[in-house]
Amino acid sequence: MLDADSLSKPMFEPPAEVQARPWLDRVHEWIVTVDHKKLGLMYVCYGLLFLVVGGVEATAMRIQLALPNNHFVSPQTFNQLFTMHGTTMIFFSAMPIVFGIAVYLIPLMIGARDMAFPRLNAWGFWMSALGGIILYFSWIGGNGLYGAGGAPDVGWFAYAPLTSPAFSVGHATDYWIIGIFVSGFGSIATAINIITTILCLRCPGMTLRRIPMLAWLNLVMAVQVILAVSPLTAAQIMLLIDRYLGGHFFDTQAGGSAVLWMHFFWIFGHPEVYVLVLPAFGILSEVIPVFSRKPIFGYSIMVAATLAIGFISMSVWAHHMFTVGMTSYANAFFVASTAAIAVPTGIKIFNWLGTMWGGKLIFKVPMLFSVGAVCQMLIAGLTGIMLSAAPFDWQLGNSYFVVAHFHYVILGVIVFAVFAAIYYWYPKVTGRMLSETLGRWHFWLFLIGFHFTFDFMHIPGLLGMPRRIYTYDTGRGWDIWNFIVTVGVLFQALAILVWVVNVFRSYFKGEVAGNDPWNAWTLEWSTTSPPPDYNFATIPVVRSARPLWDRKHPEDPDWKYE
Amino acid sequence: MAASTLTVPQAEMPMSPHLRGRVGMWCMIAAESAIFTIFVVAYLYYAGKSISGPTPREVLEVPIFISICLFSSSFTIVMGERAIDRGNTKLFAMWLFGTIFLGAIFVAGSLREWHRLIYEHGVTISSSLFGTTFYSLVGLHLSHVIVGLTMLSIVLIFALLGKVKQEHAERLGVLALYWHFVDTVWVVVLSVVYFIAR
Repeated sequence: MLDADSLSKPMFEPPAEVQARPWLDRVHEWIVTVDHKKLGLMYVCYGLLFLVVGGVEATAMRIQLALPNNHFVSPQTFNQLFTMHGTTMIFFSAMPIVFGIAVYLIPLMIGARDMAFPRLNAWGFWMSALGGIILYFSWIGGNGLYGAGGAPDVGWFAYAPLTSPAFSVGHATDYWIIGIFVSGFGSIATAINIITTILCLRCPGMTLRRIPMLAWLNLVMAVQVILAVSPLTAAQIMLLIDRYLGGHFFDTQAGGSAVLWMHFFWIFGHPEVYVLVLPAFGILSEVIPVFSRKPIFGYSIMVAATLAIGFISMSVWAHHMFTVGMTSYANAFFVASTAAIAVPTGIKIFNWLGTMWGGKLIFKVPMLFSVGAVCQMLIAGLTGIMLSAAPFDWQLGNSYFVVAHFHYVILGVIVFAVFAAIYYWYPKVTGRMLSETLGRWHFWLFLIGFHFTFDFMHIPGLLGMPRRIYTYDTGRGWDIWNFIVTVGVLFQALAILVWVVNVFRSYFKGEVAGNDPWNAWTLEWSTTSPPPDYNFATIPVVRSARPLWDRKHPEDPDWKYE
Repeated sequence: MAASTLTVPQAEMPMSPHLRGRVGMWCMIAAESAIFTIFVVAYLYYAGKSISGPTPREVLEVPIFISICLFSSSFTIVMGERAIDRGNTKLFAMWLFGTIFLGAIFVAGSLREWHRLIYEHGVTISSSLFGTTFYSLVGLHLSHVIVGLTMLSIVLIFALLGKVKQEHAERLGVLALYWHFVDTVWVVVLSVVYFIAR
């Protein structure tokens, strides 16, 4: 349908005997694979599976909170639900999805045939997968000898002394520790792989000034994983020493400190937000230019802003701890650094707007999700600046206002960007387009549901509703808001259902995509859909940041202006 | 469009794939450094906060001899690297053996110190906050030494079987990088545990 299709024809069709192998053979091939495309897909599918699991947990909590004095789940179950929901969504849904997108796309985008360490890539994926299985095994094995527990119920940041052997009887907390510990190793391995791939395997001409924005953002993300996930690993080792060898790291009665755990956790916990959101920014920076028919506005400023975010985000962690009580100097420092991070983030928003400004906007589904994510990033950023002011945080810390704020980032930006990515790259991965009609239903239902849930969630927070409460009395003014919040969840669940139908239906019946259905400019669109095992028959040579533009427009190539 | 029609200036050629081992190892060293940093911070933060048990000043003796051995092993492995760069596999095996020997002395000396602390002074990982932080920081480093020794020993076995050739010099350089890291961390751990927070 586009001139790009005439550029390169499918080069390779598997012979009939390869396609007709028994299913066990093909499953085996996926299990032992070291191919970055298969591993990337497994990462994403694994993360999406846990997205549904974590979503079910969230729905159960929202049903419990829909009405005052409700008894849908017990208080013990509620504690387990919010712990499992948080842990699942961060470690076993969001991280695998962003890693999967990175692992699938980066070699294709920089003109390489695989990651730098293919076997390490497989190891990283299977460690992450093992971590999720260990965490969920706690529903079965967490009771231990004492008959207490079930799933972990210490909250996703597991503050001391809740995790001490005296208060966490049984093995539930150990499954939580080891699950995160194991998946942390996988994350660090994949981060090492991403950095090495981008630094060492770029094709000729692909300088660091020309790699796609998605590669840049994932490079900074990987550096952050190395610097932020490692401290969490260290802290989990300390917690294991406390629980199993009788250590005293977080035992206040022996001189240890519960506050030190908070510091260690948030040294990981805050950069982790950027670990998730930077790849989302990368997706937006790929989708928005293509659907605005303009190159990204201010490439080098975008890179600089990314580096600034990466740098500043390492020194903001204690804004999670204003209510703990720190010295006024520490408060002032963390207020200033937290507010400062809004500057590079703002630069990014303006650059996306600058990309769209005067462009020929095409509102296909990926673009709808991207524009939604940009708008919601603005709102999430504004409530973030509000919470960065320590006095404001003293009032609203640990309230539903905070919950609404960070869900705005995680759902409103990261999940929206992931959906944009799925609609944008699904044709490349499967060779077929996702249905545009179902996609629009998905987008609008999800957008409406999202705003019902998370816009209105700010209000009970402002009215003083703390997070993690199991139920509440009538007459506090929270009832109607909680009900609206829960109604929004139904819209979101419906949207997810539409999307699942779309993914499966389009896999068999979708319109055949061709190599380059969006008339895009990065290298992954120059190969077949789905790409062959070796990605490129000959390693490409590039001369600008938009190699496919140069090929499609030899009369007016980008490199003349670089 | 044929790719060969495009010529790329030398300055725009990307880094060579053969450097990936080195880049990957540097990334891993960064990750390991972050882990050690957290343990060092915990050690410094808790220095003198222990409620019971002997203080570090009462029980710790600066491990001069084994530290010299560990630091010297960085020198021997550099000599080993030079030998394999020139293709002298016999000399390489000798220097490698020297490295492992010095590393083994370090492990033995550390274990002797632990034995003394446990049986003469009753300092265990659960006896006091000092014990917890001491054994976990020094133990974390010691476990890295043991991992490094295991890898070096595997290389030594291959070298004695005549399987290590000059073409493996780059990979052995990556392994040596890890060993240098282990030695460098000991500079930090030694100064923190035996001098700064004593």
